Amino acid sequence: MKGVSCRWLVLGGAALILLPFALELLLGNGWVRIVDFALLYVLLALGLNIVVGYAGLLDLGYVAFFAVGAYVYALLNSPQWGLHWPIWIALPAGALLAACFGVLLGAPTLKLRGDYLAIVTLGFGEIIRIFLNNLDSPINITNGPQGIELIDSLHFGSLSLGQMHHVLGLRIPAVVNVYYLFLVVVVLGMVFSHRLERSRIGRAWAAIREDEVAAASMGLNTRNLKLLAFAMGASFGGLSGGLFAGFQGFVSPESFTLQESVMILCMVVLGGMGHIAGVVLGAMLLAILPEALRAAGDWEQMVFGRIWVDPSNLRLLLFGMALVLMMLRRPGGLWPSNARRNELQGQ
Amino acid sequence: MDEYPLLVAERIGKHFGGLRALQGVSLSLGEKTITGLIGPNGAGKTTFFNVLTGIYKPDEGTVHFAGAPLPSGKPHRVAERGIARTFQNIRLFSQMTVLENVMVGRHLRTRAGLLGALFKTAGTLREEQAIRDRAFQLLEFVGIAAHATRVAATLSYGDQRRLEIARALATDPRLLALDEPAAGMNAMERKRLGGLLEQIRNMGTAVLLIEHDVRWVMGLCDRITVLDHGERIAEGTPREVQTDLRVIEAYLGTSRSVTA
Repeated sequence: MKGVSCRWLVLGGAALILLPFALELLLGNGWVRIVDFALLYVLLALGLNIVVGYAGLLDLGYVAFFAVGAYVYALLNSPQWGLHWPIWIALPAGALLAACFGVLLGAPTLKLRGDYLAIVTLGFGEIIRIFLNNLDSPINITNGPQGIELIDSLHFGSLSLGQMHHVLGLRIPAVVNVYYLFLVVVVLGMVFSHRLERSRIGRAWAAIREDEVAAASMGLNTRNLKLLAFAMGASFGGLSGGLFAGFQGFVSPESFTLQESVMILCMVVLGGMGHIAGVVLGAMLLAILPEALRAAGDWEQMVFGRIWVDPSNLRLLLFGMALVLMMLRRPGGLWPSNARRNELQGQ
Repeated sequence: MDEYPLLVAERIGKHFGGLRALQGVSLSLGEKTITGLIGPNGAGKTTFFNVLTGIYKPDEGTVHFAGAPLPSGKPHRVAERGIARTFQNIRLFSQMTVLENVMVGRHLRTRAGLLGALFKTAGTLREEQAIRDRAFQLLEFVGIAAHATRVAATLSYGDQRRLEIARALATDPRLLALDEPAAGMNAMERKRLGGLLEQIRNMGTAVLLIEHDVRWVMGLCDRITVLDHGERIAEGTPREVQTDLRVIEAYLGTSRSVTA
């Protein structure tokens, strides 16, 4: 048994290591970039899963933490403030500040549940975005709607991931470097999520999700535990934001709209709330599907011989239909956790 | 009751809007006792429980537990002080396994934090094993260890009630407060539950229980308090209470209302 799972681990690991080269060969560099962004979404979805899936707190403003992480990295690594800090400070700083904002959001919403909580978190997400948009005066902090440009690419000392490298005669372009970094971070995120879920803390979160009154009566400090869930989830978001800023080289408030929050929530719900593998699958699928659907126009041309519907509209139409179909066919998510499956079968 | 009392609730009052749910209710109980709280429907028994366990803040009165005032409106602090409870309409963590439910009860008496969980330190693993062992032991004690890996919601009604007791015991309480633990049980199950509660008392945990089945309570409890319309109408040994005129009146109605 152990030998078999070990072999799968090695095979899966090898496949993940070779994936960017295969993608580059078959589909071009653009697709490696798409997968890079998908990995950032996976990290976001894992973080939101802690809040929504584990602790059962609906959060519609999650992208705010992504924004905080992105701006911290951007400010610490760009001409905006003239700072160029190493990433082992900039990334944790972003995660930490995001965690603080998580507590800041959590504190006033402790008594709220369900729909009400969703509305307040939605407002919080918008507040952060509007702040970023307007903090260019009286003192210019975020450079307002223009955003922050010329952000240093992710780098370890003098080794920059933003350049092409040659290793043993192999060309390793920037998108592939970044892929490996993101992959490592995502795997760590999955391991940490898994450990949290199976820990004393994770069990307490599950208890709060199932019945808050009973949980409190068993001696659980529901306030601190909820704040911890918000902070943990937010730190994943902040980390993902820092990586995003370093990868993209440019951040502006436009990247952090409500639509992004909704998308991340969709990934969690569609994949399977509270189930790591499901959430990863959901995030990958929803991040990649819109890109894959860019070919919709070509299919249309091929099938009908002419363009009936504008390709970009057709793409969104198909994406929406795919979401509805998936939710109808698999209401507990594509790959639900055991508890979730039981719940749906019980009803 | 010669020893100094474990719990002293004095002149508890609680109202919801215009409705007086409790008025000047006092109750004290000692260690190693089983105390019954009885009364007709709507007498205020569950409200009293909710005040006692910190779910409601009383409008009047104080509660002292083990010699110190009990924090009000903070259920988790009450549990920490040593009062654990069950609920009238069973409130299990229904999608978690039977064992996990009891393990949650150990949360209060264990320490492992975030870093321990993330890095799986030796101390955390050891504590986790201890939590698991203790939880399993408690399941054996209440007699449902065979169902440890089942999802709690799939247990029979009687077993769910016993799981709630195991979960409450996992917090190492000095007082176990049970809201209608025998509801929905047949005579056989009641008898077994009575035995279990006597065992719990003899091991040193006081028991306070709300119950409707007067005969069962009379046989089980050391002392009984009777509530009616939010007020205490009697207190004493089962024998004293049984012959109290006001109690008979409350349960059977006054002679006037019987004839009416």
